Amino acid sequence: MKKLIQFFSTVFLVSFALMFLVNYLNTSEGYAGRNTITVFNWGDYIDPELIKQFEKETGIKVILETFDSNEAMLVKIQQGGTAYDVAIPSEYAIEKMKEEDLLIKLDHSKLPNLKNIDERFLDLPFDPGNEYSVPYFWGTVGIVYNPDMLGGREFDSWNDLWADDLKNQIVLVDGAREVIGFALNSLHYSLNDTNKAHLEEAKNKLIRLQPNIKAIVGDEIKMLMVNEEAPVAVVWSGDAADMMWENDKLDYVVPKEGSNLWFDNMVIPKTAKNIDGAHKFINFMLDAEVAAQNTEYVGYATPNKAAMELLPDEVVNDERFYPPPELTDKLEVYENLGQEMLSYYNELYLEFKMHTK
Amino acid sequence: MKTVKVNKMEKKSRNIFLIPYIIWIAVFVIIPIILVIYYSFVDIHGHFTLANYKKFFTPVYLKMALTSFWYAFLITAITLLISYPTAYLLTKTKYKQIWLLLIILPSWINLLLRAYAFIGLFGRHGLVNALLEVMGIGEKQLLFTDFSFIFVSVYIFIPFMILPIFNALDKINPSLIDASKDLGASGWTTFRRVIFPLTFEGVKAGCQVVFIPALSLFMLTRLIAGNRVITLGTAVEQHFLVTRDWGMGSAIAVFLTIIMVLTMLITGKRKRVIKSEKA
Repeated sequence: MKKLIQFFSTVFLVSFALMFLVNYLNTSEGYAGRNTITVFNWGDYIDPELIKQFEKETGIKVILETFDSNEAMLVKIQQGGTAYDVAIPSEYAIEKMKEEDLLIKLDHSKLPNLKNIDERFLDLPFDPGNEYSVPYFWGTVGIVYNPDMLGGREFDSWNDLWADDLKNQIVLVDGAREVIGFALNSLHYSLNDTNKAHLEEAKNKLIRLQPNIKAIVGDEIKMLMVNEEAPVAVVWSGDAADMMWENDKLDYVVPKEGSNLWFDNMVIPKTAKNIDGAHKFINFMLDAEVAAQNTEYVGYATPNKAAMELLPDEVVNDERFYPPPELTDKLEVYENLGQEMLSYYNELYLEFKMHTK
Repeated sequence: MKTVKVNKMEKKSRNIFLIPYIIWIAVFVIIPIILVIYYSFVDIHGHFTLANYKKFFTPVYLKMALTSFWYAFLITAITLLISYPTAYLLTKTKYKQIWLLLIILPSWINLLLRAYAFIGLFGRHGLVNALLEVMGIGEKQLLFTDFSFIFVSVYIFIPFMILPIFNALDKINPSLIDASKDLGASGWTTFRRVIFPLTFEGVKAGCQVVFIPALSLFMLTRLIAGNRVITLGTAVEQHFLVTRDWGMGSAIAVFLTIIMVLTMLITGKRKRVIKSEKA
């Protein structure tokens, strides 16, 4: 008993001392009160050099925290335990945050660099007039494949996935909107379709895809494709860029029928304490040179027109990641279909997953 | 007079000792269950409804419940088949505590890490396939199959099954077995009439500890089975995290809870029947 008490008091004392030390270090480095901002971002989604540069230029210290899904981010901001000053959610999460009144309106007069953003990416349905958000990166959903494993085969249509000789070869990303979305696209419907007959048709078409599906997984897709466990996968373009970086045999295509266009955007959540600093940070990230450097580091497509002029031609002219206008016209942003419809989508998705081969 | 006072004091201190337990049960067991039951009667707009339960009794969810049961049953049965002989052999070894420790040791490593390790082992270019190649069997698809799902689940649950059985076996008085042999019983009869009945409680405890979590496995269904196996656990996870339809998720959770309570009751009742028979 005595030993136990000793053990616990030691643990308690050590944790207390550490807490004190961290606090002391933070104050001595200037991480206190007005002079810091807390940025809530996806993992490995910003060039660390740029954070240093921002700190040097403005004297504001940046605390970077990361999340791995929009849902996790939402919950943390709802709870409001940490004073996040800037967050970078995807467009559908922004609609939810708007509904739940979790965002602060942006002051455009403090964001002069907003002019650098390509007009195509401004004033989008999920945030008319960019009242609450500024685009950070964008991308698509498409097919990543390994021509070496498939005898030089190429893909250009969603319907290519239904080929008879692809038995047990395809890996899908585990998302209801993504999977039902590409089935709708393959039938030339909109991926925001709410017509139940169309959705039923899409589900039945997906059930016919079952024999070709090897697995429906999350982030593990990257590992599976890089290690050549599977030759074909349906993924987000950002993940595809990562995979191609690690395995140069892979190729990526946005099918001709159209696909999803997604955005990650900078917002100021209601939890913000340093609203002025948050604006400074957003404006800094919109700067042409900064955005160009960040794009080279992260590897996703930038919405920053001025930055694109600074990037090497082979990056900006890569039609796989910067699709030409005739294709972008066919891309659709997810609309908020409402809780009812979202539940229906998930119901169909579960039915499809339940249908074993 | 004095004794009465002492008794009162004892009662008082006993009540004080009860407080942490009651708080614990209330906060972490009773309130969550009430919340889950409450949410199961609420639709996505926050109105009272029975629709969640109606939806549960549609073919999609019933089929899911059936598959969950089937896999949980398979996992429990295979785990038991492997664990019982293992536990039996363990009690016969010289350094049984060390052997036991070696079996339990892997369960100290995080479940997720072990699952990821299996992705590497079972992969197309993994160790297992390399071995199969060498043995001339050739490369097989191992990941994302029923086989790998059951294999990994059994691997994860084995320690939980071995422990109670080992404890029961270890407690058997050896003279009982000697007596059975002296009286002319064969090895099989001794096992059937003496050893197994004496360890039955351990087997029951082990089965409960394996069957109930196996019913709601969800992480392995994605990582190892690639969502080729869909259990009720998967559905609960989806409804809470993706759809945010907490009502439907709760309704499934209530169903799972009822099944678990039933399993406990059924495995508990048999004991009473045996007792009353004896009486």
